[in-house]
Amino acid sequence: MRALDETETRTMFTKLASYTGASLSNLIAPPAEGTAVTERMVFRLVKDRVFYLPERIANFATSIPRDSLLTAGTMIGKFTKTGKFRLNMSSLSIIAPHARVKCWVKSNGEMPILYGSNVLKAHVARWSEDAPEHSGCVIFNQNDTPLGFGVTARSTAEMRKLEPTAVVVFAQADVGMYLRDEDTMFTT
Amino acid sequence: MGVGRRMIKQGPPPPLDESKITMLKKRKAGEPEIAPKAKAAPAKKRRRSDADEQTTSKKAAPKKSKANGAPNGSAKADKKKVVEKKVAEKKKPVPMSDSEDEDEEMEEMEDDEFGDLDGVSDGSLDSDEGVGRLSDLEDDDSVIDSDGDDHPRETMFSDDEDLSDAEEQLTAANIEGLSRKLDAEQQAEAEEAEQELQEAAMQTNIAGDRPDVFGQDGQPGLAPDLQLLRQRITDTIRILGDLKTLGQADKSRADYVDLVLNDICTYYGYTRYLAEKLWNLFTPMEAFAFFEANETPRPVVIRTNTLRTNRRSLAQALINRGVVLEPVGKWSKVGLQVFESAVPLGATPEYLAGHYILQAASSFLPVMALAPQPNERVLDMAAAPGGKTTYMSALMRNTGTVIANDASKPRAKGLIGNIHRLGCKNTIVTNMDARTAFPKAIGGFDRVLLDAPCTGTGVISKDAGVKTSKDERDFLAIPHMQRQLLLAAIDSVDHSSKTGGYIVYSTCSVTVEENEAVVQYVLRKRPNIKIVDTGLGDFGSPGFTSYMGKKFDAKMTMTRRYFPHRENVDGFYVCKLKKTGPTPVTQSSTTETSTKPGRARSSSKTESTDDESYDKTPILDEDGSAQDHEGGSFGPFAEDEDQERINRAERNRLRRKGLNPKGVLNKPKKNKDASALKDTENPKEEKSEAKKPEVKKSEAKKPEEKKPEAAKKSSNEGKGEKKTVTKGEEKKEKKSAKKSAKKSAK
Repeated sequence: MRALDETETRTMFTKLASYTGASLSNLIAPPAEGTAVTERMVFRLVKDRVFYLPERIANFATSIPRDSLLTAGTMIGKFTKTGKFRLNMSSLSIIAPHARVKCWVKSNGEMPILYGSNVLKAHVARWSEDAPEHSGCVIFNQNDTPLGFGVTARSTAEMRKLEPTAVVVFAQADVGMYLRDEDTMFTT
Repeated sequence: MGVGRRMIKQGPPPPLDESKITMLKKRKAGEPEIAPKAKAAPAKKRRRSDADEQTTSKKAAPKKSKANGAPNGSAKADKKKVVEKKVAEKKKPVPMSDSEDEDEEMEEMEDDEFGDLDGVSDGSLDSDEGVGRLSDLEDDDSVIDSDGDDHPRETMFSDDEDLSDAEEQLTAANIEGLSRKLDAEQQAEAEEAEQELQEAAMQTNIAGDRPDVFGQDGQPGLAPDLQLLRQRITDTIRILGDLKTLGQADKSRADYVDLVLNDICTYYGYTRYLAEKLWNLFTPMEAFAFFEANETPRPVVIRTNTLRTNRRSLAQALINRGVVLEPVGKWSKVGLQVFESAVPLGATPEYLAGHYILQAASSFLPVMALAPQPNERVLDMAAAPGGKTTYMSALMRNTGTVIANDASKPRAKGLIGNIHRLGCKNTIVTNMDARTAFPKAIGGFDRVLLDAPCTGTGVISKDAGVKTSKDERDFLAIPHMQRQLLLAAIDSVDHSSKTGGYIVYSTCSVTVEENEAVVQYVLRKRPNIKIVDTGLGDFGSPGFTSYMGKKFDAKMTMTRRYFPHRENVDGFYVCKLKKTGPTPVTQSSTTETSTKPGRARSSSKTESTDDESYDKTPILDEDGSAQDHEGGSFGPFAEDEDQERINRAERNRLRRKGLNPKGVLNKPKKNKDASALKDTENPKEEKSEAKKPEVKKSEAKKPEEKKPEAAKKSSNEGKGEKKTVTKGEEKKEKKSAKKSAKKSAK
């Protein structure tokens, strides 16, 4: 378990920033009085997996043999062999509160998303106003429960002109993966 | 015939109208010539009334039995019998009704009207009499009685007239034959009724009757009749409840228990060994209830994830999806019991979003007993599948640290999934053997939860495989592992923690070996712990303080047991321990020797004095003693004294195994001396090594270390108590490793 190096940090933060925008800094904000942040949060790399956890817990985890350590804190994602960073489903709880582009789906669109399909225009109830094309987008249901995340297919302006069956968000991950990909999600 | 339920419900019968009765009498007296015709009339009608009577009498049977219990009811029944007999006598010579008969009828009607305690049973008797009187009027009347007395009399009369019209079809020729036939039928019926009455009495008032449950053995080789088997189980259990009055003289309690255990094995599919083990936990009645409860599933319970939502909004969301639920009970603020669900509960959007987890009600309990506080360091030693871990995390509101360990990697996968789904951010998931890893890797925990792996005798309703898969070996090996785990748990706790210092031990098993016996063992082995109240209130039953001759700590009543038949949760055991001081270094290093006398004492109390001296003797490994025989470094030995000890230890060992030492020792010996020698040195370890071959393997790495035990002991004492717990713990670890290495070298 180690801290991320320069290039790794840059790659990962670029990826995260596409979902969170400028509020990415909230994730690594130092603890301060009067804010919700009470602990210093850090990113740690184990093999190719990246974990987001309080520094205190990271220090605990150093005393666990590497083979026995399965997770610590929240798993964010992993680095591919080519050096790209891929967000895991479990990062949803990290990026959802800080999401820049959001998309709320109607209740009839919930189940298709949980089965892994893309978001259609007909299912969209609400949409962030200034969303650009191909930017990260977090999908919520009507009760503001995050269901997954993906990449916008069109900008907000273009989307208005589309027919109802057109795809507006390409799904990357959804909470249905907890059932579908239970076996492979966290394997190291 | 008869009135419907609607009528019955309408209240008590109206008072008898005298005028109508007198009218009735007049009619009867005034029409003697109709009577012979009327006599035959019921023959046709009887078909109908017979059938009805049978049904009514069947219905009446249980009620009758109730009524018989009451004193006035039985008195009345007797009276009825008398009346019936009289009628039976009378009707043969004189088929026609006379005045006396009518008086009786009057009396009887009054009975019916005012004694509604056993109205139904009376009715069924009346119907016999009514037929006896050969008046369809009476017949009708009586049947009405049987259904309830509130039928309006007017209809009865109109009925009567209709029927008397029908009777006129009968001719004088067939009257005699028909009447004879009728008589025979009546007699048969009367006998039947009498018999029925006796049967009913037998069912309720069984005193004096000693049912023979041994004689009903089915044919061997045939599939057993489950209905009969069940009946026999209940019978035997009833007899066991009051053996003195119900049991047969030539059968002992053991015979009955043997019979019922065999039946239970056949009926429920347990192995004999397990059935006996479970049977011994309860009274016969309760054991039966327990076996029964194991056949029905426990209610589905979900736990609200308070990190994501609250119970009210979750319940609302699920109700909108067509789930019928309600709070699980007063004892939990986060549990919801699900009665039925239109959607699969493990795949709703709420489930996937981590708003709840499917978790048995019983597995809330250890976490509630542990009561982890925010900002603590908590360990879950056997965490998968994560219900308890996530609950702890939720109680700590994602602060502090939860270390969730599980020995099985595939199971840990589900644990990781649940932790992430429920949004627990303060957890570390490890995959280690908790017996050796803690407190070596991390110690100093404020609280430790040990939900130990167990035989699962509490969750037979979930996994019926337990019934057959668990044998004697499991009941030795698993408790042994539980002891090791619990010792590791105790050693991992920081006794000086301001908020904590607690250990919660729980199993989903009901047997004493895995629960009280394990706790008793660690109480003896670690003097620095005590049992404290679980904080679960009076939910559940207290733990046993004695079981089959074994005495446990008096505070064992503070532990909690849960049973499927009592609390309708899975069978469970929860014990909360508080660590009060550091584990003494000498204690931990000499645990092997110091526990031995305890073990011996528990098995045989008479030899306790001898055990004291036994404790003081330096322990020798086998090689050491062998050297001595050849004139080693140790002084001379008293051979005969040794032999005495060896023999005693051998007897003890056999007794522990459940064998009769006299019977076994008198048999021709086969290499006994060697084994007996071993036993004197460490009977307990011998046993444990047999139980856990893999432990032995791991410990067998350092066979070359063979220091005399005495020297080592003295060196330990020289070091004295260590203030720093972790260091002391590590030392202890090393020492025990050495020791076990020596043992395995033997």
